[in-house]
Amino acid sequence: MTSDADVALRVRALESLLLEKGLVEAPAIDEIIDLFENRLGPQNGAKVIARAWTDPEFKARLLANATDAIVEMGYEAVQGEDMVVVENTPRIHNLVVCTLCSCFPWATLGLPPVWYKSAPYRARAASDPRGVLAEFGTAIADDAEVRVWDSNAELRYMVLPERPAGSEGMSEEDLLALVTRDSMIGVSHAVTP
Amino acid sequence: MNGIHDMGGVHGYGPIIREDNEPVFHHDWEGKALALARVGLAGGHFNLDEFRHAMERIAPVDYLAISYYERWLEGTLMMLDQKGVISREEFQARLTELSGEGS
Repeated sequence: MTSDADVALRVRALESLLLEKGLVEAPAIDEIIDLFENRLGPQNGAKVIARAWTDPEFKARLLANATDAIVEMGYEAVQGEDMVVVENTPRIHNLVVCTLCSCFPWATLGLPPVWYKSAPYRARAASDPRGVLAEFGTAIADDAEVRVWDSNAELRYMVLPERPAGSEGMSEEDLLALVTRDSMIGVSHAVTP
Repeated sequence: MNGIHDMGGVHGYGPIIREDNEPVFHHDWEGKALALARVGLAGGHFNLDEFRHAMERIAPVDYLAISYYERWLEGTLMMLDQKGVISREEFQARLTELSGEGS
């Protein structure tokens, strides 16, 4: 295990060489960090989900061709990947993983949390998804089907969670608060108001 | 190709550790490591598949021991060396130079 100071120095060495060779300019590095820290994140995905809950035509477009429907909302794919949105229902619960690494829908959810990239999740989401859901405190009916989607660099998944009971009268804007990152990965349900 | 990265279904890794209110990056160098990898990709020095494959070639013991963004850093260094952009020797020399400054 390398210490953080050692890794920080290795990163600095690489950065200084790239800058010196003119292969990158400092503002471009800051721009990339700002994109990932501030502009990408589950706040984008929540807007897609809240709209799908309130606009049946958009929902149909989203489930038919998520890549285009998400671009329509203004969120361009960061790595040129295709998107698939899978819908949770009382009968079907969807769970997203990347067993090989960390593929994640950056445009709508931002960078994945550490647990998503960790060995225990990558290993067990595939072999024991119900156990993983229980670990997250997420109750699923015994007779519901659990579908696991293994993401890759070209194709990334996002879950359309069930619209929670009690949210019927809520506006699209108020619904945003019910859509969590974890509900769009499928490890939890949307928040019940 | 299988390998240590091919984790689906493997037993014995224990519970899933979660962090409440997790920051996007835990250290400044993490954001920088991601940014420099993207510079390598955007500059056409290597492509995404090559980069993923580089990270998958990290020795299994190291792959498990180092953190996620260290894998990005090491993958980027491997690709830049392989493509003749920054050799291992050149990187090592710069590292030594910078270490000297700090002490």
